[in-house]
Amino acid sequence: MFGAQVQRRELKMSGIHARFQLDWPGFTLDVDLQLPATGVTALFGHSGSGKTTLLRCMAGLERAPKGCLSINGDVWQDENQWIPIHKRPLGYVFQEASLFDHLSVIGNLQYGRKRVTDHQKVSLEQAIELLGIGHLLDRKPDRLSGGERQRVAIARALAVSPRLLLMDEPLAALDLKRKREILPYLERLHRELEIPIIYVSHAPDEVARLADYIVAMEDGRVLVQGPLSETLTRTDLPIKIGEDACAIIETTIGEVDANWHLARVDFPGGRLWFRDPGLAVGSRVRVRVLARDVSLARQPPEQSSIQNVLLGQVDAVGEDEHPGLAIVRVRIGASKLVARLTKRALADLKLESDQDVWIQVKSVALME
Amino acid sequence: MLLSDGDLQAIWLTVRLASIVTLILLLMGTPIAWWLARTKSRWKGPIGAVVALPLVLPPSVLGFYLLLAMGPRGLVGQLTHALGIEALPFTFGGLVVASVFYSLPFMVQPLQNAFESVGDRPLEVAATLRATPIDAFFTVAVPLAAPGFLTASILTFAHTVGEFGVVLMIGGNIPGVTRVASVQIYDHVEALEYSHAHHLSGIMLVFSFLVLLALYVWRPSPKKGA
Repeated sequence: MFGAQVQRRELKMSGIHARFQLDWPGFTLDVDLQLPATGVTALFGHSGSGKTTLLRCMAGLERAPKGCLSINGDVWQDENQWIPIHKRPLGYVFQEASLFDHLSVIGNLQYGRKRVTDHQKVSLEQAIELLGIGHLLDRKPDRLSGGERQRVAIARALAVSPRLLLMDEPLAALDLKRKREILPYLERLHRELEIPIIYVSHAPDEVARLADYIVAMEDGRVLVQGPLSETLTRTDLPIKIGEDACAIIETTIGEVDANWHLARVDFPGGRLWFRDPGLAVGSRVRVRVLARDVSLARQPPEQSSIQNVLLGQVDAVGEDEHPGLAIVRVRIGASKLVARLTKRALADLKLESDQDVWIQVKSVALME
Repeated sequence: MLLSDGDLQAIWLTVRLASIVTLILLLMGTPIAWWLARTKSRWKGPIGAVVALPLVLPPSVLGFYLLLAMGPRGLVGQLTHALGIEALPFTFGGLVVASVFYSLPFMVQPLQNAFESVGDRPLEVAATLRATPIDAFFTVAVPLAAPGFLTASILTFAHTVGEFGVVLMIGGNIPGVTRVASVQIYDHVEALEYSHAHHLSGIMLVFSFLVLLALYVWRPSPKKGA
């Protein structure tokens, strides 16, 4: 028993531990989360699911009467203390850029920066460079486009060298074009900074592209949480980001076939060809494979138009939304894909756990 | 010379009074406006109504109560007596106190509107950027509400210049002490010195027009997007 306690403490020391209970008229928040202190954690759910409220509680913008929050062992809130927001080493990006209109871009960037003493993680130059706003420094916020404003807001949050970056739907107020403009910058943050990011979103494409860890929320509660691809390929509680079940694979471009305009992605256990997105060999990419684009066969298929054929093993079988359909998870080395089959096909194939199976992948989408 | 020495003295006194009152109200009205703009207390309504009272109350009523309060048997009067200060009625100090009450809504209401339009978000942003609440107030709320401060100051100054009833009740009509421009005009008319009244009234008219013109011309354009 003592050992378990020690283990629990150690668990708390690393990572983010967040427990909040909040009772508002018509809304209750009740969560207990253990999140990794690296990479991007997406709080995913419909509006009203409590994801923004949870983020605001973590920031200290809302004060949950019952709550605990510790970041790598540093307690920001528990029964005995509540550190006010301006003393928490965090960065926060709001849905609207919310720049200070009376200050120039550089004035906005320096506002937080000159109020902190610990500049170790991010330099001002690095924040400016990461978001590509070097040419905007002397402008006033009303002379910026929506996308530029949000980039400045993100750089402003980074410039305080936060130990935790909280982002509340930073792209939701932007149109598709601006969104496309900013997403690459967010991916850069993810790759180049070692700051854990908690990212609130209801947009499946953003989650698929950015998240390493996902917390799906509903009605102020956590529906399911876990590493992104593992959680997406769960067959007991399938979480759909978008209309369809899918698997996300983090991989690199292994080869480009200029003749056929195809590119190959390599991942532990296999390789897939898809149409060439125009990226260099070695580029890190995320690809999505929809369950409806995956079919299974007992025999190696011959002379099929589907040329992505992998050998894997059946991992688990679960229900899909329609009573006639099932979701089958398959292992290919360390990677996992999901396939949607009719239950009749499942019965005809006599698929069992750990059985070898040929996996045909009809379509692979690059996440961009 | 269009204006007599008495007129100039009255104008100088008026300017002094209006400047002092505006300064005092900037210091006094700002926290009241800030509280009214941000509080969720059930006292917001009653306090707001009290602040707005001078807008609708006849100046003579306000003057009457202030006179009672400052008089030897009033609370303020007893306080000034205990402190060894001369009684406030019929002094410049008394005029300042009365004008502060009388012009209070002209400072508080524009400021309250300005603070309300700044909203919570910039202050939340400031807090996430390590600003303490007081720091955020001075470095974010005040600059963003700057047009409101300008409007409130101009209105307060102009309104104090234009007051008459309260001055007469509290200050009386002592040259160089409480005889402000509006009272001087009243004196001129009483004495049938219409040409003098004309000159001073003309100055007041032009002044008031210019003040309002300034307010309407410089009114900041509505802010674009978030």
